[in-house]
Amino acid sequence: MKFSIALLLTFLTGLGLGTTAFVPWWGFVVAAALVGATVHQTATKTFAAGFLGMLMAWGGLAWWIDWQNQSLLSQKIALVLPLGGSAAALLFITGTVGGLLAGLAALSGHYARASVQK
Amino acid sequence: MRLVPFLICTSLTVGLVVALDKPLGKAPALGKFLSPQTGFWQNAEPFDGIPNEDLSFASLKGNTEVFFDERLVPHVFAEHEEDLYFVQGYLHARYRLFQIDLQTRAAAGRASELAGPKAINFDKEQRRLGMVFAAENALREIEKDPLSRSIFDAYTAGVNAYIDQLTQAKLPIEYKLMNATPERWTNLRTALLLKMMAKMLSSGTENDLSNTNAKLIFLPDQLKRLYPQVPDSLLPIVPMGSAFSKPAVVPVAPASADSLYFSHRDTIAAHSHYQPDPDNGSNNWVVAGSKTKSGAPILANDPHLELSLPSIWYEMQLTTPTSSVYGVSLPGSPMVIIGFNDSIAWGVTNSQRDVKDYYEIRFKDDTRKEYWYNGKWEPTRLRIEEIRVKDSTTVYDTVAYTVFGPVMFDASFSNGYSKKMNLAVRWAAHDPSNEGMTFYKLNHARNYADYEEAIRTFQCPGQNFVFAAKSGDIAIWQQGRFPARWPGQGLYVMPGWDSSYAWQGFIPQQENPHSLNPERGFLQSANQRAADSTYPYFIPGAYITARGVRIDKQLAAMSQITPEDMMKLHQDYFNTSAEDLRPVLLKHVRTDQLTALEKGYLQTFATWDLLASPSSIGQTVFQCFWDSVQSAIWKDELTKMDPMATWPTEQATLELLVKDSALQFADDVRTPAVETLPDIITIAFKRACAVLDKKSAEQKLEWSLSMNPSVYHLLKDALPAFARKGLKVGGYGNIVNAIKHSHGPSWRMVVHLTNKTEAWGVYPGGQSGNPGSRFYDDYISVWEKGAYHPLWMMRAEERGDARVKGVIQFKKS
Repeated sequence: MKFSIALLLTFLTGLGLGTTAFVPWWGFVVAAALVGATVHQTATKTFAAGFLGMLMAWGGLAWWIDWQNQSLLSQKIALVLPLGGSAAALLFITGTVGGLLAGLAALSGHYARASVQK
Repeated sequence: MRLVPFLICTSLTVGLVVALDKPLGKAPALGKFLSPQTGFWQNAEPFDGIPNEDLSFASLKGNTEVFFDERLVPHVFAEHEEDLYFVQGYLHARYRLFQIDLQTRAAAGRASELAGPKAINFDKEQRRLGMVFAAENALREIEKDPLSRSIFDAYTAGVNAYIDQLTQAKLPIEYKLMNATPERWTNLRTALLLKMMAKMLSSGTENDLSNTNAKLIFLPDQLKRLYPQVPDSLLPIVPMGSAFSKPAVVPVAPASADSLYFSHRDTIAAHSHYQPDPDNGSNNWVVAGSKTKSGAPILANDPHLELSLPSIWYEMQLTTPTSSVYGVSLPGSPMVIIGFNDSIAWGVTNSQRDVKDYYEIRFKDDTRKEYWYNGKWEPTRLRIEEIRVKDSTTVYDTVAYTVFGPVMFDASFSNGYSKKMNLAVRWAAHDPSNEGMTFYKLNHARNYADYEEAIRTFQCPGQNFVFAAKSGDIAIWQQGRFPARWPGQGLYVMPGWDSSYAWQGFIPQQENPHSLNPERGFLQSANQRAADSTYPYFIPGAYITARGVRIDKQLAAMSQITPEDMMKLHQDYFNTSAEDLRPVLLKHVRTDQLTALEKGYLQTFATWDLLASPSSIGQTVFQCFWDSVQSAIWKDELTKMDPMATWPTEQATLELLVKDSALQFADDVRTPAVETLPDIITIAFKRACAVLDKKSAEQKLEWSLSMNPSVYHLLKDALPAFARKGLKVGGYGNIVNAIKHSHGPSWRMVVHLTNKTEAWGVYPGGQSGNPGSRFYDDYISVWEKGAYHPLWMMRAEERGDARVKGVIQFKKS
């Protein structure tokens, strides 16, 4: 239950914060850390909830955009970056970068709380 | 103890955020770029996305509706004319913002702000050519006239209305890649864009500096033969045999011209690095009802420019309750530039006239504050240019202005050559003018008189305005403000201390070459000299002869012409130059000195159908052979000077070869032996075969593979992923279908002036500048096939038509 709540909170804040002009692109990192600190569970679960929440937020949103765009742009950007023109690789990287940041941030929150509570 | 893992996790997180927030060399900051909420994913538009929106702006006067058809062409219906241009500005910004921002920054010599230190010399050259000076002079004219001011103001407001509501997410992708932001629009930037066109079309049409070096190599009579004013095979724009009136202006050569100018020999150790492509040109023609199947005139135009993504053109319809025009516009400028309305159609080609001269300036001292002019020291005006540079320190450059114009080359800017000479540039584009109003009037013209009135004030770059009206009139004017030169004036650098070398006046507008309803029933222009040698003025220029010959001959032979015939002529691959050259080249090649492989190439050339079609091998052989011949004949002489003297034109070399089988320039002056023409042509052929062998090994013998026709993104090699390469098309600069590697017919249009106008057009690009849109390059395959889109002049009552796929409603707020 806690896992799902943490995941959902990360997912929703990850989606919502990015669309506001005043919050920098890394706003979700702060949110994920707060979720990690407030929703108490094991370190592994904390990381996984953060990771999966943002993987779904960024990866899912990018996938939805890419599907509507029929990969027109992602194939080109995957040549610029360079990823051999693979839209899938670009989607994977987008989701993983978001997930990794959120997972690590959640873990930071988790250990911050643990340090204070001790 | 949880402090250690906390510190590890936190520093990892913060470290990653910081790393992803920093641009990595040329790559953008990855975090922001990858974010699907603000980064590049936001530029990936839904595949079938055509807008349906309601927008309101305080500066609008009334309602405007924009109907987008299935090709994303906007059909703009405005209640008020100012709103029309506001919406045009808005649409240009919405679909082409990066393009107009980049182009006008580059025009102003501000490319370094985006590109960094590598663009500093480009920027200096732009400023020293006086691009901003020219635009400022134009702006004063634009703002003097209340009508033109209101149009340009409305256009600027429209561009800014779009820029002001932009969010990071919606920023064009190039800005995200370069970590830059757009700059707001001004009327000056519109003027700069028009000066960019002036530079493209009227700055590279002279060779004064390299001609001056040619004077050191060749004798006066040789210069006349190598660089002739009127080619033998010229078929001019004004039909041969037309009578010209007695000139109203007769310029007088200075008394010292022979000693100080024609026979004066001095090396010019400067040349400009960023010259426009010499093949910037175009075709246009018009046939009268007497030659068409329908009895109505047909007009055709295809301007040849650098092919880019996004294209230089943006297609649109502009309609108010009193007028309606359709065609292509230039993003960055209001109005339709090439197109038609319900009464007329018009098109343009470049005049190729030389309207830019250099004068040698003698400064009193290194401060450049005074220069010698008519026997006394005159003050210069010093203009300090501030060039801001991305990721580097600002560069300052001081440019001295004289009575002629800016001193482009001097000790502080001479391209690294050791000999410093101060050269001021006198360029027609510096003179105050308002070219935009010509297009405004053409957009509204109803007949020949309106057209004549519209183009009368057009000054620079000189254009051949072809015209047809439903009334049946056909016409062409070579229009511009051209200096009246004494014979030979401005071919070489002139003394800048004597006012008698200055331009003495301009050719009266009425005396510009023109023709109305000629008996033969057609008119054409293809960058050739406008008139034969009976034209009473000296009109040097960078003319191209071959295309005009082909078009003229084809049109003369045709009757019962249909629009499809005109489209076919656009795609014509016939190589007129090769037709003239082949017998001469074949005659001189010594076949007994060729290997079997070389004989094979010669056989291919001898039996070739003279078409530069995409799969032709004969065209590849011919072009390699001919390039090699020209190089073998001229390179030894021309490279005696550094920078090199002017290459004789292809046409001049061709005509020398055809006329003179004992060409004296054939000998390679670098070898002790005296080579004859057959020696040189045989050597040249063997060299060409070596090149062909290499192409053969790379499987690039077919012409389109050899030429690799491509349309690059504006940022060229920096973004190959945004380009379209390897198009299956043929042609060349001297061929009617004038496609070269990344240059060629940038818009093809055919207009049939029947009762209900029928028109077709295509450009190699797409309406959207966004590489994430399907409309970015969707016209390229149509263009590649030589096909056209029907151009739909929509009526207000057709708003329910199935072709309408989206609507933007603009309202006053």
